[in-house]
Amino acid sequence: MSKKPSKGGAPALDMTPMVDLAFLLVTFFMLTASFRMAEPVVVDPPSSIGKVDLPDNHILVTVDQDGRAFFGISNSSAKMSALRLMSAKYKVPFTEEQIIKFSGLPSFGVDIKDLPAYIDAKEEARTNFKGQRGVPLDTIIPNNQLKDWIAIGGGEAVKMYQAAKEKAAEAGGEFKAEKPRYAIKSAATTKYIFVKDIIKQFTDLKIYQFNLITSLEGGGTIIEPEK
Amino acid sequence: MAEIAEGGGGHKGGKKRAKKQSTRIDMTPMVDLAFLLLTFFVLTATFSKPKSMELTFPAPPPPDQKIEEVKKGITFLLSKDDRIFYYEGQFRAADDEKGTKTQIAELNFSKDKGGLRKYLLEKNKDMQTKVLALKAKFDNKQLVDTTYKRMVRDAKADKESFTYLIKTDDQATYKNVIDVIDELNYNAVGKYVMVDILKPEMDLVKEKTGTN
Repeated sequence: MSKKPSKGGAPALDMTPMVDLAFLLVTFFMLTASFRMAEPVVVDPPSSIGKVDLPDNHILVTVDQDGRAFFGISNSSAKMSALRLMSAKYKVPFTEEQIIKFSGLPSFGVDIKDLPAYIDAKEEARTNFKGQRGVPLDTIIPNNQLKDWIAIGGGEAVKMYQAAKEKAAEAGGEFKAEKPRYAIKSAATTKYIFVKDIIKQFTDLKIYQFNLITSLEGGGTIIEPEK
Repeated sequence: MAEIAEGGGGHKGGKKRAKKQSTRIDMTPMVDLAFLLLTFFVLTATFSKPKSMELTFPAPPPPDQKIEEVKKGITFLLSKDDRIFYYEGQFRAADDEKGTKTQIAELNFSKDKGGLRKYLLEKNKDMQTKVLALKAKFDNKQLVDTTYKRMVRDAKADKESFTYLIKTDDQATYKNVIDVIDELNYNAVGKYVMVDILKPEMDLVKEKTGTN
């Protein structure tokens, strides 16, 4: 039988393969995407031609326009043990619930005395938390909490990394995790002297390598020009 | 458009039959939703990873060690309103037997004449020629990967090339510092360091910017 000429009306198109593909991609992106909680401050970093990705395993100090310092660790278990150690050092008690909740928070910028209240505060209330004056780094009246956070947090992150490495070596598997790196994020308009203060905390702890977070700017270099 | 379920049309004749129920589903809304989600995830996933620039600060020298003087140095002085000054060689507060009093000159952050990029291109020419020659060799497969990287590193560490010192006053912004480092990276400069500004240098900058 010969084909009948199609009737007028909507032309039919089989969309099943397209839908399959679309959902496959949606699933892929959903599974690979990592959601981050809102940062306590919005910092707009300057742009650079640097192409190095920010390592996943990092200790981050954010400096906002007013020179307030915010501290964060990407590894949540290192974050929890750092809080336990800091709690013992500064004699500020935390409940187990608070410690767990803290591990899920992004960076924070409060005095450790205000930290329990900050953790308990609602998410919307945290951005306008009144004690949010940055992690103290005063040296005149010795209250350099930032330095302790960096030392303790960094130490814990390195410990976790070593432990994971040993475990992988025992199991004979391939070890892929990267060493924790120290990162500094600052707004483009921040005065450099504020950033310098933060860098001093690191160099005092004999940490000399950083990743300065910048936004991507197009362009290559003399050696490797842009293609 | 997706297939739209069409109900039984008008049948010829008066015979009444049970309407054939179509099993086709209109997929348009589902497709819309799928692509909406897809777009959302694609956009958020791509832009969430921040880039960074690696920087190493020098360890402070042991107190008993005499600090080696930088012989071939260029100092950049950053100040407010994105202004940048420079001088070459040692700082001299006044004329002496080795040379005249240090004068600072101004540069800007543009890529044009009088800009930092043009200045560095000129100053760093020798080393760039060397590095570019290496790069050409590497591209022609005359060098292996590791050798090339090592040779580039050696070329950048050349004793004869300039060492760049970056100093800021209390008004310079973080962006200025990043921009200067960026330009140095662009021009394949191997040796640069962040240093504290000295009082006489600051006075010179103040003279130029006209503030106290």
